Amino acid sequence: MPMIEHQGGMMIAVKATLMRDLTLLLRHRGEVLNPLVFFALVITLFPIAISPDPQLLAIIAPGLLWVAALLAALLSLDSLFRSDYDDGSLEQLLLAPQPLAALGLAKVAVHWLLTGLPLALMAPLLGIMLALPAGSYAVLALSLALGTASLSLIGAIGAALTVGLARGGVLLSLLVLPLYIPVLIFGAGAVQAAILGDGVSAHLAILGALLAIALVLAPWAIAASLRISING
Amino acid sequence: MSLCLEARQLACERDDRWLFQGLDLDIRSGEIVRIEGPNGSGKTTLLKILSGQLSDYQGELFWNGVAMREVREHFLANLLYLGHAPGIKAGLSPLENLSWYQALSGEKSSQEGSEERRLIALENVGLAGFEDVPTGQLSAGQQRRVALARLTLTQRALWVLDEPFTAIDREGVAALENQLIAHAQGGGCVLVTTHHELTASPLLRRIVLA
Amino acid sequence: MWAFIHKLGSPKWFYGISAKLQPWFWAAAALLLVTGSLWGLAFAPADYQQGNSFRIIYVHVPAAFLAQSIFISMAVSGLVFMVWKIKVADMAAAVMAPLGAAMTFVALFSGAVWGVPTWGTWWMWDARLTSMLILLFLYLGVIALRGAFTSRDSASRAASVLAMVGVINIPIIKYSVDWWYTLHQPATFTLTSRPTMPIEMWLPLAIMVLGFYSFFIALTLMRTRSEILRREANKRWVHDLVKGRVEETR
Repeated sequence: MPMIEHQGGMMIAVKATLMRDLTLLLRHRGEVLNPLVFFALVITLFPIAISPDPQLLAIIAPGLLWVAALLAALLSLDSLFRSDYDDGSLEQLLLAPQPLAALGLAKVAVHWLLTGLPLALMAPLLGIMLALPAGSYAVLALSLALGTASLSLIGAIGAALTVGLARGGVLLSLLVLPLYIPVLIFGAGAVQAAILGDGVSAHLAILGALLAIALVLAPWAIAASLRISING
Repeated sequence: MSLCLEARQLACERDDRWLFQGLDLDIRSGEIVRIEGPNGSGKTTLLKILSGQLSDYQGELFWNGVAMREVREHFLANLLYLGHAPGIKAGLSPLENLSWYQALSGEKSSQEGSEERRLIALENVGLAGFEDVPTGQLSAGQQRRVALARLTLTQRALWVLDEPFTAIDREGVAALENQLIAHAQGGGCVLVTTHHELTASPLLRRIVLA
Repeated sequence: MWAFIHKLGSPKWFYGISAKLQPWFWAAAALLLVTGSLWGLAFAPADYQQGNSFRIIYVHVPAAFLAQSIFISMAVSGLVFMVWKIKVADMAAAVMAPLGAAMTFVALFSGAVWGVPTWGTWWMWDARLTSMLILLFLYLGVIALRGAFTSRDSASRAASVLAMVGVINIPIIKYSVDWWYTLHQPATFTLTSRPTMPIEMWLPLAIMVLGFYSFFIALTLMRTRSEILRREANKRWVHDLVKGRVEETR
């Protein structure tokens, strides 16, 4: 039997993994919709718990929207590697003659495309319900789109670390939430700055910088964590 | 080129307990090597180490005479590992599952002949006619067969199979056994754990873990 | 170099050398802490603005310093463990985590107590205190993750990765919390950023900081030693050691 020389094809593998995960999730639409419904529900709780007064809501809206979106993105993280772990595909992913960091990045990209991006697109709608002042809607969507990408990357580290644990869900939040704080500060800060009429470019630039750092470092941490989790 | 996987002074400690120590192994083309031992003796762990999944061990691994970490990609390109879990997505059809595996080894699914090879692989494991059924709707044995279809899907010289006979019916077992022998005779190499009695084959070698 | 690293990595060697180092650090810690607290609490002049309540600085600041340093040394130990597979490094990291969390808590608690005379409230979302609170959560995460694994090897490696991820994030968190704080409350009065501190005030502070560090090193050595014995309980040298001890006492 002849030996095969490794033929590369990283992009083929990454693309196939991306398409595979997209297909899988789109076949189970419930899983995609759940975080969005959760987002809307949490936003509904606040006027009920605090006050329906639009003036009060307008003040706290940027923070509420950001916190609720962050929690919604967190909610779906636990399943990021879970099904792959359970059915053995994760082992196969590790044994592919391809860089694990790149394959992990493909999975994170799917998470963002089907969680972060929809949340960002939906947020302006919920902003209306919270009487978010005009002029900040675009910034809200943009900051969430940028910020949730970082959240997916950072969160994936936690998901990779806890995937081998039977009840990793709560632990995952405990690990990941403190790391989310910088993104939250600049994300919610961007919306607030937009409301006050200050420049938002600084906030968005920092969100972009955070994303760049996460993009460079997180894939390696994810790969290392997956290798640990597969150890059991 | 014939293949050769060597392990020198392999030792693995799991939480203060030595699973094995001072293990020397030579696995070459044309062999079927069966790892034996009671439950908990570290069979699966050994297979995981030999397939490059674990890094937490002592000793050295060599692939064709070169230290493993230097030729990891070449090793992985020639390795086919089947673990306890089949590595098959219930939400995808058998064809889709197989094309993901082709892509992982760097083969485009639109490449000439790759669709054909997927169909042949499924036919070989008796799944003709089930190509587009979601795998989740197949029986446990059939799902297992989707995973076994990978054996003919891509040419990999080294097969590492952890309990491959689980959930397979009698005809399937016989066919798989013949496949293992054919693979070894063709110059490949099989590393396997199983509780199943493999019919005596001159190619079979046993390694017993205490 | 290699030989040295591996020698350092051998639990037996570390057990021996730490036995010799330990008393020195305990002595230094006792000396420095007693001097520092007597000087700071009794002899240093009272603050013209805060009166005697400023003296809590002699606990708050060293604890806060240590809380951050321990996290960094924990991450460095984790790195050493991951790269060179030196088990002692992981044992040290394991015993450092609760100690660091405790120090963070001391810093938070002393900050809260200090808040009563200064701000008239137990808690203020001051930049330093907020960062400390987040640091406490990071510590709790590392401790919880280590405890969650059944396999100790995996637990060690997971905790190491998380500590490293955390240590990269600490400066980012600190920077963003400072930004957030200045944005919301234009700097009024922070606990410790004083324009000038007379030498008779900061010298005892420096002594206290050194004392806290010595205490930390001594305690880490001691606890790492017991961790070594616990993890190597069925190794020959530990058996010999125990046998030797038993015969000595006869």
